[in-house]
Formats: sequence, structure tokens, C-alpha cells
Amino acid sequence: MHCESCDKNEATVHLTEIVNGVVHEFHLCDNCAKVKSSEVEQNFGLADLLAGLSAGPKTQTTIATICKNCGIAFEEFRKTGRLGCSECYQSFKIELASLLKRIHGSAQHFGKKPVLSQEQALASSGQKELMQLKNELKEAIDQEQFEKAAHLRDKIKSLEKGA
Amino acid sequence: MQINDFINHTGEWFKGKGEHPDIVMSSRIRLARNLSLRAFPSRAAKKELSAILDLVKETMDKIPYFKNTLFLKVNELDNVDKQFLIERHLMSHDHAENPEGRGLVVSPEEVLSVMINEEDHLRIQVMQSGLNLDETWKIANSIDDELSKYLEFAFSSQWGYLTACPTNTGTAMRGSVMVHLPALVMTKQINKVLTAVSKLNFAARGFYGEGTQAAGNFYQISNQVSLGHSELDVIQNIKGLILQIIEQEEQARQALLVQNKIMLEDKIFRSYGVLRNAHVMSSQETIELLSMLRLGIDLHVVKDVDIKSVNELFIMIQPAHLQKIEGKKLSSTERDKKRAALIREKLGGS
Repeated sequence: MHCESCDKNEATVHLTEIVNGVVHEFHLCDNCAKVKSSEVEQNFGLADLLAGLSAGPKTQTTIATICKNCGIAFEEFRKTGRLGCSECYQSFKIELASLLKRIHGSAQHFGKKPVLSQEQALASSGQKELMQLKNELKEAIDQEQFEKAAHLRDKIKSLEKGA
Repeated sequence: MQINDFINHTGEWFKGKGEHPDIVMSSRIRLARNLSLRAFPSRAAKKELSAILDLVKETMDKIPYFKNTLFLKVNELDNVDKQFLIERHLMSHDHAENPEGRGLVVSPEEVLSVMINEEDHLRIQVMQSGLNLDETWKIANSIDDELSKYLEFAFSSQWGYLTACPTNTGTAMRGSVMVHLPALVMTKQINKVLTAVSKLNFAARGFYGEGTQAAGNFYQISNQVSLGHSELDVIQNIKGLILQIIEQEEQARQALLVQNKIMLEDKIFRSYGVLRNAHVMSSQETIELLSMLRLGIDLHVVKDVDIKSVNELFIMIQPAHLQKIEGKKLSSTERDKKRAALIREKLGGS
């Protein structure tokens, strides 16, 4: 059998390629097989793996989603395996949710948080407590529970000082 | 401080200290961080990259830890310097290949290095000698905390730290431990160990970087999963795995000693002999022989060399290091001669 690529040398390599479930058979000589296999190697990287993970069934209609912050299209991410900015996580939320689950086996972060966001969280939880105490104080005064009101007033004062 | 200060310096991570320094070369924690809303480096224009670089530099200037660090702009480095930094594990190949708008920060003891505008805006790397992930994490964690007081990092409560590649999302942490496993290789059990490692969702790479063969019987084991487990959990898991690998390696070493002590000692002393006497050495051969010498020291077969000296040699025999020591460019043949001379000098050979 002759090599079906160059049609000169004897075919010594018989390659079976399966793409999307379709089987192709190649009968190649040594030289052409080397070229073919280097093509395969070059085309196979992390981006392809990710693309494979996020591809889903072929029948799915692709909606052109674009990140409004950096302008990257989801298609481009599928090609490169790299997102454009932190906002992409919001823009491609649905696609990424299932992809992250498949990569990591989980879709919920456990672990540390940035100091800034902790401080913001602390600040807002402090604010919440203060508002609640002020409401309670108002209620206590309305109901003429002055002892409770004095206690609440001290608590509010100390909280405000702390802030 | 300057790059040249590192040439004759023993970096903290290859000093041969810490727990299990016979089998564990070093422990490393790497954290990826990005600035909220800014384009990730691969999408950012030149101007944006340099703005980010300036912002990070300004921030570091406010933090005491960074006071004595070396700040480098990658596009201002020549090829030998770039290669030198890669060989010392302070910078990645990718960082050197696309130098525009990229920065590197290194602490004097080489405990910390921060790549700015690599795949992510910040790649914080902390390295320590031996099995010492707890201390390594502590340092990385506090540096990250300091930086995040000034910089708004991209973070979501659901998905954690947001990174350019979704394989890093979450803690965005990789913990790695570099182990020397000559006995598992010699007893042909290494593939069994590596299969188990990958089944547990850990990766094993070679010593000389991503995608390299495990030259010198060194393997870098690191976690793959970053979402769904806290940093401390991941560190515990790596530690547990490494302790098991250490046990396996120790058993294999004992088995070699029991079964074939004379052959093993012969192999070690032959390696030592060649290292002390050869006049032309390729890096491949050197690495293999140094691995045997390292094993010989661990087994108390070789008593007049210490682990630290061998660790240093693994670093210094690399091409850019030889050229920095010599102070000029060397051809491949010249390097092989220089390499042999350096080893003879360090090991007190003829």
C-alpha cells in the first residue's frame, strides 16, 4: 500500500484518528507520519483540554458572549484557555461554573480572603450591628424601658468609639 | 543589591536545612493574584502593563518586607541574566520570553520572588529548604496580606481568587515539594509512585522546570486542585503524600543496601571519582553523577562532602551560571570544560 499523503513511499504507519466520534484511518509512510504526529502534538495543549472540557455537545447553539469589561469573547477563551480580566468570571458565569466544577470537582471557594474585602465585610457588619442597636434603643425609649435604653446607649457609644 | 550578588550566594531553598533535607530539596508556595477589573497581562496593552508595574512597585515600597528586595524590569535584562534567574527558580521561561512590561522582585535570601505581569498580575513565590510547607505558607500568606491592604485583588466569595487560567481559580495556590528519589528510580518503582501521585490529583514535574524530564532523579510534586479546599487543607494533603513518598524512598534505599551494598557503593564512588577528576563534563552527565553523590552522602557512604555543597552544584553547573561565574559568554564546549573545573574545585579533586 502506498502512503496516501505523498503517494511515493510504502505506507508503514496506520493511524486511526477519532474526531467528534468520526473515525478516520490514515495510511502513511514514515516521513509523512512524523509530520502528522508533530501536527497532533502542536495542536494539543492546555487550551485544547480546556476547550474540550467546556465544549459540551456539538448540537448546542453557541451564543456570542462577550465580556463587557475587557471585550474578550468566550470563543476566544476557548481557543487560548486564558480569560481577559476578573470581570470575565461574571460575564461567562454560566459557562465557567460548569467548567470550574469539572476542573476542580467543586464550585465553592474555601480558604483565605483578601484583607481589603475582610475589612469591608467587618466594616459593613459593624454598621449593621450599630443600626440594629439604634433601632432597639428607639424601641426601648418608646416603651419607656429606660434602664435597657441606657444600657443600649452605652453599647452604641462604645461601638462608635471603636469605629 | 544586584543580580551579580547572587552568583556566589547559597539561596535559602538549597541550603540543605529543614525537615528531611536528605530526600526533600525544597518546599515552595506560589500564589496568583490579580488586580480587580484590570485586563490580565496577556490582554493588557503595553501602557497598561507598565501602569500596573508602577502601581505594584509603589505598593511594595510602602511595605517593610520589600525594603531590601531587588526590583528588576525584565525587558532591561540580557539573555544570560534572564537564563540565570530561571536557573535559580526565581522566574519562569514564559516571563523571560515576553519581557515587555514585566517585572521581577527578589528578596536577598531568595526566599521570596514576585513575578509581575506574568500570566497573572502577581505571582508570589516563597521557597524554603527541606520539607517546610507550614513556614513557607506563613511567609507567603503574610506577604499576600500586606499587599492586599493596598491593592484590590480580584476575588469572589463563590470562586475565590480570580485568575487568568481557570485551573488556578480559588485559593490560586500551588504548593510544591522537590524530592530526590534515586532509590525508587533504581528499583524501578518510580512509575508506581508517580501513577499514585497523579491519581490523587497531584502533578509531578522535573527539577529543571515545567515539562522537563526528571533529571537527577528530582521530582517536583504539587497540588492540581485549587477550588474547594482551603490552603491549609491542601498543605496538609501534600505533606501527608510527601511523608509517604519519603517512607517509600527510605525503604527502597534500605533494600538496595541489603541486596547489593557493594554494587551500590561502587556506583556511588565511581560517580564521585568521575566528578573529582573529569576535565570535560556535559550537564546531563553531571546531573546524573551528582544525584549518585547526593545519595552517597545520605547513606553515609561518602563522608567528606555535605548536602549543601551538592545542592549548590546542581544549581551552579547550569549554563548561565557558568557564564556568570566566568564573566563572559561561553560556547557549549567551553562550558563543559568550565563545568568540570568548577566541580573539581568544589569537591577538592585533582
